Amino acid sequence: MDFQVVVLAGGTSKKLVPLVSKELPKALLPVANRPVISYVLELLELSNLKDIIVAVEGKEAHDCVEHWTDEAYIDRLRIKVERVPDDVGTAGALRAVAHLLTAKDILVVSGDIVSDVSPGAVAAAHRRHDAVVTTMLCSAPVSGPSDSGSSVAKDKGKKPGHYDRIGLDPTKQFLLYIATGTELEKDIRIQKSILCAVGQMEIRSDLMDAHLYAFKRSVLQEVLKQKDKFQSLKRDVLPYLVRTQLSSEVLLNGVPQPEENGHEKSSYQNNEEMLSQILANSSTASFHELYALGSRCSFPVRRTHKCCVYIASNSKYCMRLNSIQAFNDINRDVIGDASHLSGYSFSAQNNIIHPSAELGSKTTVGPHCMLGEASIMGDKCSVKRSVIGRHCRIGSNVKVVNSVVMNHVSIADGCTIQNSVICSNVQLQERVVLKDCQVGANFVVTTGSECKGEALAKKEK
Amino acid sequence: MVAQKKGASRGSEDPEELARVPLQAILLADSFTTKFRPITLERPKVLLPLVNAPMISYTLAWLESAGVEEVFVFCCAHSKQVIKYLENSEWFSQPNFTVTTIESHDSVSAGDALRLIYERNVIHGDFVLISGDTVSNMSLTQVLQEHKERRKKDSNAVMTIVIKRSKPSQITRQSRLGTDELFMAIDPNTKQLLYYEDKADHAKGSIYLDKLLLADKSSISLHNDKQDCYIDICSPEVLSLFTDNFDYQHLRRHFLKGLLVDDIMGYKIFTHEIHSSYAARIDNYRSYDAISKDIIQRWTYPLVPDVKFFGDSSTKLERLGMYRASEIGQSRSAQIGPFTVIGNGTKIGDNTKISNSVIGEGCSIGPNVSIEGSYVWNNVTIEDGCKLRHVIVCDGVIMKSGAVLEPGVVLSFKVVIGQQFIVPSYSKVSLLPQPTKQDSDEELEYADNSTGIAEISSLTHTLDKSNGEIVNEQQETQRWPTSELGTGGAGYVWSVCEGGHDEEWRHSVAPIPAEKLAEVIQAVEDDLEFAQDGSSLPPSGELKLDSNDSDYDEESRDDSYFENEVEATFLRAVDENIKVEHVVLEVNSLRLSSNKQTADCAGAIFYSMMKLALETPHNSASELVQATTKVITNWKGLLKYYLSDIDEEIEVIMKFEDMCLESAKEFSPVFDKILYLLYDQEVIREEAILRWDDEKREADESDRIFVRQAETFIKWLREASEEEDEEE
Repeated sequence: MDFQVVVLAGGTSKKLVPLVSKELPKALLPVANRPVISYVLELLELSNLKDIIVAVEGKEAHDCVEHWTDEAYIDRLRIKVERVPDDVGTAGALRAVAHLLTAKDILVVSGDIVSDVSPGAVAAAHRRHDAVVTTMLCSAPVSGPSDSGSSVAKDKGKKPGHYDRIGLDPTKQFLLYIATGTELEKDIRIQKSILCAVGQMEIRSDLMDAHLYAFKRSVLQEVLKQKDKFQSLKRDVLPYLVRTQLSSEVLLNGVPQPEENGHEKSSYQNNEEMLSQILANSSTASFHELYALGSRCSFPVRRTHKCCVYIASNSKYCMRLNSIQAFNDINRDVIGDASHLSGYSFSAQNNIIHPSAELGSKTTVGPHCMLGEASIMGDKCSVKRSVIGRHCRIGSNVKVVNSVVMNHVSIADGCTIQNSVICSNVQLQERVVLKDCQVGANFVVTTGSECKGEALAKKEK
Repeated sequence: MVAQKKGASRGSEDPEELARVPLQAILLADSFTTKFRPITLERPKVLLPLVNAPMISYTLAWLESAGVEEVFVFCCAHSKQVIKYLENSEWFSQPNFTVTTIESHDSVSAGDALRLIYERNVIHGDFVLISGDTVSNMSLTQVLQEHKERRKKDSNAVMTIVIKRSKPSQITRQSRLGTDELFMAIDPNTKQLLYYEDKADHAKGSIYLDKLLLADKSSISLHNDKQDCYIDICSPEVLSLFTDNFDYQHLRRHFLKGLLVDDIMGYKIFTHEIHSSYAARIDNYRSYDAISKDIIQRWTYPLVPDVKFFGDSSTKLERLGMYRASEIGQSRSAQIGPFTVIGNGTKIGDNTKISNSVIGEGCSIGPNVSIEGSYVWNNVTIEDGCKLRHVIVCDGVIMKSGAVLEPGVVLSFKVVIGQQFIVPSYSKVSLLPQPTKQDSDEELEYADNSTGIAEISSLTHTLDKSNGEIVNEQQETQRWPTSELGTGGAGYVWSVCEGGHDEEWRHSVAPIPAEKLAEVIQAVEDDLEFAQDGSSLPPSGELKLDSNDSDYDEESRDDSYFENEVEATFLRAVDENIKVEHVVLEVNSLRLSSNKQTADCAGAIFYSMMKLALETPHNSASELVQATTKVITNWKGLLKYYLSDIDEEIEVIMKFEDMCLESAKEFSPVFDKILYLLYDQEVIREEAILRWDDEKREADESDRIFVRQAETFIKWLREASEEEDEEE
């Protein structure tokens, strides 16, 4: 498939402090003991999309990611890790890597997606309609991300359930309207011209833009070039393309397609081709084509382009790791409900304990747990619905519930950890009680501390 | 009778249901519009023949077959004719079907009609509300069932409207029935109607929906491909709602929109979409044409000419959709084309060609006549060699030999067209003169104020005259000499369709001419370009940069409106000596309703006060200052109420400056005096004055006239404050 993939891996997201650090950028955050970006990369590999550009913000982050991908995928994927300027938004990141894009269509995917929706299916939908952009939609969490676990949501004040407003045609193939971000605060504004052309539009608030797009490269580059104020793909580029789909500006400016065709076609030829395409196609023409033809049914009088959607089925999993809450949820889901994503085979007890891990006497590791390589646990410990990384040393009488413990963590006797994230190289001294906490890398929690809902981290030097 | 049988069988489907409350219907035998003028000046719309049967008979036949047991026919215009028709028809003598007439002479709208019916107290349960120009064959069972079930769950579900799929043309922006395109938002799960916009304003390229609509549901369907059938299932509350809201006139424009906007009472309207059955309303000449064709092509079965559902016609369906009554005198050489109806007792001469037309009873059509796509009613005489294309010819018209009617012509009752005379397109001819403007004003609720200048070509108006002239001339009741219709012609040619808010061709019986279409396409394209420039959504990233011109206009209009209102309130307070607290209450409510800040109130009140002072008779500047002092002393309490912080005080100074420059130049020589006065009366504190001075320091010299005028005063203030500081 002539598709290039751009994975937007971000840098060290502020939202994820203290989990991320210069050594551990967002892309490498472990989900069931694998960097989160590996989920995307392997998903792409499954769809045979192997030509990948990973855009990373920040030098250290770039080096870390490059180092890791070189090691992990050297023989399997053609990955090029590119450093992009900080804080330029998704559109800015694409601008920075635009010079590397050569394929006819570009798949842009966020590096923090954990999903089992096939990007190949999105690409196919894109190609089928010869769309300018195809976006993947998945069902929005029913009532906010907080509902999926027992953990207490911190941002309960936010209105639940409102992610994006999406307008679809009756066949649910075309994207007619999208409102995201601050626009959700305003009233719904629908262009009559589009509604008239389609006849019926359904506005949904239970779908969410999953940050996986297929773009026609020529159009994408053109838009990025012309609209230099555009910052975000989701908030600027996509709404722009959707808005102008019946009065297309992108192709008006004579984007040549010399690479593909060898010669530039005159618009006359294009029109004829389009007509014959419509006539030959046994399926009915889409409203775009009908609209373009106007009433005279001779030559297209209007320029249109198509914005398509691929709606992932309800049973598919699709989450973005873009908050601490999401980090907890995804880790839990990957070893729990969505265990097929992890790529591990679970034991009869429905958990994964690495053969090299050691367990003390009367220590129980419940279902939906994971215990990494060479980790040692003392006596009478209990682990429930948690992920424990590699080379951790855990004493006796330790309880770990609903938590993520990264690598090389040492936990002394009598600690209780609930709903928390413990980063690498953390030391928990005796009888520490943590609830709803995040402990940043290399931090030491002193004996007997009891914390609730705190973020503990070393101060940046 | 087929229809009757059908009704009986439907009645037995759920006997208990119907036994409890007989199903009632309100049939409005007056459309309260003027679209069918001039014909409706002489005969009510519901009695106009539609494929040789009065429209109301279709409606009544359908109501009867759909299981309605009691119909209240509301007659207003030409009520005597309607009542007489009903008395002579068999509708008064049907078993299980009572028809009662309600007569009114002063109702001008559907709202008035429903209020009157409410007073009569005859409706006891859910009822069907339709107008007498509806043709349908839908079954009411399902929609009634749905309505009742919704009512059980939610007593606020007061109305269910019937809709049908029909995509309007993208070019003319109207449906095939000639009605304007309709935008609706419907909840796809509950079918609740959330938004309704007919008579869309195309200048606005977008629809705005309240974001709260999506708050409690996951999806909304927006439709442009539906047509309102004007068949409503209503709960009795609908009548009382009309009574409560005495200003509701139109069923859709006022009532329906009123309910949708009003979220206090929480009344809900639902939709019911029909798929296979037929329902349409004759709203204008175009829908008259379209629905006639539907009837001939049997979409409305069983309401078709060869089924005896009323009267005693004995029409037979022949091949190619030809309906011929039993007794017609047709010449051998006459050619009758497909989809044509010929009424009883009509004679057709040699070599006459008729296609796609409806000919009424007792017509005599001479030789060599050609009739195409036209509606010729009863007892019409068409002499030899006449040509009719896409026209409506009413009862008793005489067309002398060789007369030609061009597409879109409407000849009202007993008009005579002279020999060889050619009636140009879209002319409307009547024996009655065109009513004067005052007459049409009575119906102003409906006839939209003629914002769009109608386009028409009439007999004497040559086409090169501009529209404006035509409209002007129309207002001075011109009397057309009868000779204007050719030798021996009789009738006035009307220049503009009354209440025709749109171009004539849109609603005419004639198909839209190709050149008109091309014109509209061009306009649409221009619009598109315009939309790209102006009203298209700015890219979300640049939302703040683009300011919408129309928004701006609205805002400034708001401003002056608010100021005027405040001024009126203030003057009334002065006249009637109203207490300050009460004035504050009034101004506050104004402020809330116009969404203003307290600073705006302060400005507006100050403006009104100064204006009052200015209007007090004065001869010199000092007298003006005296008058001002008086006003300020009397009303400073009111002003101070709005001067809670320094910004508002500055606002007042700025306002004063503006006034001195523009509306009340008399004040400019005494600016400093009045400023001092305001300071002295403790209306404005010294900080405000100093801040104002600071702000102005950077301004243009022209902007600083008053600062300089007040220089000494400001200087004095500054020194005074410095002294104070030193003392501290």
